[in-house]
Amino acid sequence: MFETSELNIKNQRVQRLFKILFLLMTMLLIAPVLLILGTLIVKGGSVISIDFLFTSPTDGMTAGGIFPALLGTVWLVAVALLISVPLGIAAAIYLSEYAGENWFTRIINLAIINLAGVPSIVHALFGVGAFVLFFKFGTSILAASLTLAIMTLPVVIVATRESLQAVPFAFREACWNMGATRWQTIRRVVLPNAVSGILTGVILEVSRTAGETAPIMFTGAVFFTPFLPQGIFDQTMAMSLHLFVVSTQVPGVPENLPYGVALVLIAMVLIMNSLSIAFRIYLRGKKKW
Amino acid sequence: MNTSSQAIGNEQLDLAIQTGKLNLWYGTFQALFDVDLDIKQGIITSLIGPSGCGKSTFLRSINRINERLGYVRIDGSINVFGNNIYAPGVELVQVRKQIGMVFQRPNPLPISIRDNVLFGYNLHSEGKRAERSEQDDIAEDALRQVLLWDKVKDRLNSKATELSLEEQQKLCIARLLPVKPGLLLMDEPCSALDPKGTEAVEELIWELRGKYTILIVTHNMAQARRASEECIFMLMGKVVEHTATEDMFVTPGKQETADYIEGRYG
Ligand SMILES: Nc1ncnc2c1ncn2[C@@H]1O[C@H](COP(=O)(O)OP(=O)(O)OP(=O)(O)O)[C@@H](O)[C@H]1O
Ligand SMILES: [Mg+2]
Repeated sequence: MFETSELNIKNQRVQRLFKILFLLMTMLLIAPVLLILGTLIVKGGSVISIDFLFTSPTDGMTAGGIFPALLGTVWLVAVALLISVPLGIAAAIYLSEYAGENWFTRIINLAIINLAGVPSIVHALFGVGAFVLFFKFGTSILAASLTLAIMTLPVVIVATRESLQAVPFAFREACWNMGATRWQTIRRVVLPNAVSGILTGVILEVSRTAGETAPIMFTGAVFFTPFLPQGIFDQTMAMSLHLFVVSTQVPGVPENLPYGVALVLIAMVLIMNSLSIAFRIYLRGKKKW
Repeated sequence: MNTSSQAIGNEQLDLAIQTGKLNLWYGTFQALFDVDLDIKQGIITSLIGPSGCGKSTFLRSINRINERLGYVRIDGSINVFGNNIYAPGVELVQVRKQIGMVFQRPNPLPISIRDNVLFGYNLHSEGKRAERSEQDDIAEDALRQVLLWDKVKDRLNSKATELSLEEQQKLCIARLLPVKPGLLLMDEPCSALDPKGTEAVEELIWELRGKYTILIVTHNMAQARRASEECIFMLMGKVVEHTATEDMFVTPGKQETADYIEGRYG
């Protein structure tokens, strides 16, 4: 009565086949990541040293370190975050907690989706027109960071809105029925429970911002400057642009130097990402409903 | 019947809720029809009727939470303790402070038990927050009133969401009390609980009788019969009958009521 039939066996075989197929696809996915990391470590690992990280390039950028670029990227990311995070979170709170479903919010949502789809080179041109020329910030950290901020705003908005919406509606209902205003509800209940998701979004934005080249190369980042940035109206070097320059624009660069620069850039991004994951796990462990 | 807020006769002062020709629409769908109800102060009134007859809708229009939905329209009057809550100049925060709501699914906030109990209280006393010892007293008093103090006094700082459903529901009642509401609205407060939890919460509600006016929606005929003094039967958005609970279950005045309490509506 309960013996396996021919058909059962055949179905089992097919199912195993598909399982292996999907597994292979997944492996294929990890391969590039491993290859990239492996190549960078093998070819660029030898360049990395404390000196490399904390000195300026020398000999027409064919030797020396990357400190101005490293510091420049930190500046660019930090200023971009200072602009986009408050703006993005405020917009997301409005959209998720205050706005109803109407033509206005539909237009805004459409705008966010489209903003996310704009190629970075177009953002760069917009940045030049708006911030460098029109607002007369010149090529500066401020102009570059504003461009980066606008480019990454959709990431912050979408991540924030999703984490706000993940907070159960019953909590809001409980608050409103006790006479809490919308804002009291948001501040005391919704935000504290959405913070882990919001942070994940922000950190994702950091990694994206750190790696971008096009939006900054016309707005604030320069090939080479012997000066470290002192304020938001200075120009600066940046890791991504520096990588582009030493790989393609300067003759006589030793082969392993660009790999070293790329390795540092990737390491920065990976460290941020792992921080975000660790933090999310920590916060998730703390909350419970 | 006089439905305006100005003319309140003495005999109306002991009414907790008084509605006059209350009609309510969700968009174009009418959910309440000419609801005229006088609900007495200090007693437990139960509200029964088949699913979809407008019980929750009625409750939600008494604390004006319905308005949150932009498409709700109301016509007629609702007086609570003699005051028209739809009068211009009425502060919603004060309405919600005076009228507590308990839901079908216990919905404690994901914070500590103590913070849950004090949440509403601190909400309404922002700026001049009470001393810690005073807050402790307030929390203790509220938890004692809901018969929960002995169970949770040693873990006031653990998460409220770790409590059993029955305890969560009691906590949800407790958190309403520190702001001294006059009226408690309960929308099927026991229907997510097991029989033991139901019994315990019912016992608690009976315990609160007299201190608060309670209006409780229930699907459970036995519960309405056991735990209320007056009973309202609604059908398709209309009030069919409102009498003493005993009378309703022993000698229902209308055929529909009899059919419903004998289970012929399903
Ligand atoms: N937010 C809403 N939007 C539109 N219609 C609604 C809304 N809430 C309730 N209704 C409708 O109003 C009527 C009354 O609903 P209500 O929830 O008040 O019934 P109820 O008596 O509480 O039912 P139940 O016993 O199932 O809880 C129903 O026909 C319902 O479909
Ligand atoms: Mg209901």
